[in-house]
Amino acid sequence: MSEQVWPLYEVFIRTRGGLSHRHAGSVHAADDQMALDHARDTYTRRSEGVSLWVVRSDRIVASDPAETAAFFEPAEDKIYRHPTFYDIPDGVENL
Amino acid sequence: MYTQGLDKAGKNEVANADPETAEQLEAFQARIDAEEKIEAKDWMPEAYRRTLIRQISQHAHSEIIGMQPEGNWLTRAPSLKRKAILLAKVQDEAGHGLYLYSAAETLGVSRDQMVADLLSGKAKYSSIFNYPTLGWADIGAIGWLVDGAAIMNQIPLCRCSYGPYARAMVRVCKEESFHQRQGFEIMLTLCRGTAEQKAMAQDALKRFWWPSLMMFGPNDSNSTHSAQSMAWKIKRFSNDELRQKFVDITVRQADFLGLRVPDDKLAFNDATGHYEFSEIDWQEFFDVLAGNGPCNSQRMAKRRSAHEDGAWVREAARAYADKRAAQAAA
Amino acid sequence: MTPEQHLTAYILRLGDNALVLGQRMLELVAAYPELEEELANANFALDYIGQARMFYSYAGELEGAGRSEDDFAYFRPEHEFKNLLLVEQPNGHFGDTIVRQVLFDVYYLGLLEALTRCSDQRLAEIAARAEKEVRYHLRHSAQWLVRLGDGTEESHRKAQRSLDGLWRFTGEMFAADALDEAVLASFGGPNLADIAADWQKDISTIVDEATLSIPQETHMASGGKQGMHTEHFGYLVAEMQSLPRTYPGATW
Repeated sequence: MSEQVWPLYEVFIRTRGGLSHRHAGSVHAADDQMALDHARDTYTRRSEGVSLWVVRSDRIVASDPAETAAFFEPAEDKIYRHPTFYDIPDGVENL
Repeated sequence: MYTQGLDKAGKNEVANADPETAEQLEAFQARIDAEEKIEAKDWMPEAYRRTLIRQISQHAHSEIIGMQPEGNWLTRAPSLKRKAILLAKVQDEAGHGLYLYSAAETLGVSRDQMVADLLSGKAKYSSIFNYPTLGWADIGAIGWLVDGAAIMNQIPLCRCSYGPYARAMVRVCKEESFHQRQGFEIMLTLCRGTAEQKAMAQDALKRFWWPSLMMFGPNDSNSTHSAQSMAWKIKRFSNDELRQKFVDITVRQADFLGLRVPDDKLAFNDATGHYEFSEIDWQEFFDVLAGNGPCNSQRMAKRRSAHEDGAWVREAARAYADKRAAQAAA
Repeated sequence: MTPEQHLTAYILRLGDNALVLGQRMLELVAAYPELEEELANANFALDYIGQARMFYSYAGELEGAGRSEDDFAYFRPEHEFKNLLLVEQPNGHFGDTIVRQVLFDVYYLGLLEALTRCSDQRLAEIAARAEKEVRYHLRHSAQWLVRLGDGTEESHRKAQRSLDGLWRFTGEMFAADALDEAVLASFGGPNLADIAADWQKDISTIVDEATLSIPQETHMASGGKQGMHTEHFGYLVAEMQSLPRTYPGATW
């Protein structure tokens, strides 16, 4: 049975020139070429894309939800990184 | 709906190795109540995970089995335009099955396992696909009624608390928007055609009306899993609410077509603003769900043989990939 | 026959090949070995049916007798279809369908490429559109033939048998008849001798890569291009035409 199982691939689509690739879904395929074909035939049937990436799902390295706080919260109090932190008087232009 | 079996099947299958603490459950419910999306790797109660796996996989199986009744008319579609439209629609169903299996896979169950559960009869799929398509008008009726009923259920699912399911449903709903219209258009063309064609349309409505109402599942009073699914925001409207909405909308469309809905007790209630309709034949519903509908065994036999006949092909592709990988590594 | 009448008949024949192959593929819906292949093959069948519609519509315009795409598909008897015997062969197993696809698509792609350079502009445009579609189909089916041929022992054996079984339907593709010659002469249509040479080369490359061997069979069946079909074909036509034939004059 396990002989028959094709690995899972994640599919990313660039919807048009100038945009970045975005996750669309996944497909099963026996090899990389097949994965690309399957991605094309599954996710671009309504002209959704101009470029495709596929990557084996088990090759993706993901952050751990249990560490979300440690990973992302420290950025939250660095509000001075955002332009809205600064008060600029009315009348000052091109800033 | 596509997951009617849920409302009946499986009582308390949760047998936990790691007991869930009250704090965990409370924190989880708080996230749900705050309309946060739950993602694949987030902590979730085991029962939530199992409910989703059951619901999403049943939904996926329904899409896949649902290819068969419509596929039955692909080679006989009466014009090349209709042939192309029908094929595009049946293809969408394969795609939707695929999106949904993928969503379920994020919960840690393999597609292979889900397919095995379908083929063994352990997993259910919507009762509607166990009715035969006996004429071309049935293709119209399926698009109009079955997809119409499906949309009622699927639109709220786009806001389901589980992120991967909600996102799959957004894609499904977007793609399905043409399905119901093409069905209605077939019915309209038949109703405006010859007397024989109109009779075909009437016959199709007669056969598909009640099975369509059954798609919404048992009455709320008999729906065992509903309350928990509502609390988890997997489900947002009750079976009866959705069914009523469907009847209210569809009866007017039948009037427009000049077709008679096969229910002598159907009447508009001015006070409530809703149509009243007869009691559904629940015995028939449970019979079909239990595997005794007109086409259950035929549908399963076809799916089983497709799967078995394809085994050597899947193996060959895998063997070829392994050979190439070994070569590349050497 | 005038050159335009030749062209019309030739285009109808192109439409017949596309429709009949598309129709055969429809029979396989919900029976492919994997879900992703359902989507792929539905795309291909939609392409063929779309091509048939373009060819038939244009043939109808050229003919000028008011016949529509559906008139050609639904109201001609079996012997008026001039498709190749290869495309009407029953589906068999996945290996058979892949081999049929590869044998036909290599030929069809060559034909379409040549047609993009013919002097009839509309036909050249339709061919250009179809060519892009078929190029992708061929990529897909050739890869599959290689996987089957070089996969397991069982798949190798099956693919070789499929190739052996369908080989005798390939000669007909390159046997130029009066119609092929007329369109070559009057419209700069495809030269089948050139296409045959390319086909031999491309097919042997794919077959080699698939670790299969070119069949030794030399007897070639023919007749499709003249409307003499195999027994299977009557059923395909009868099934396809059943509704419009039963209710003539109805709109669907």
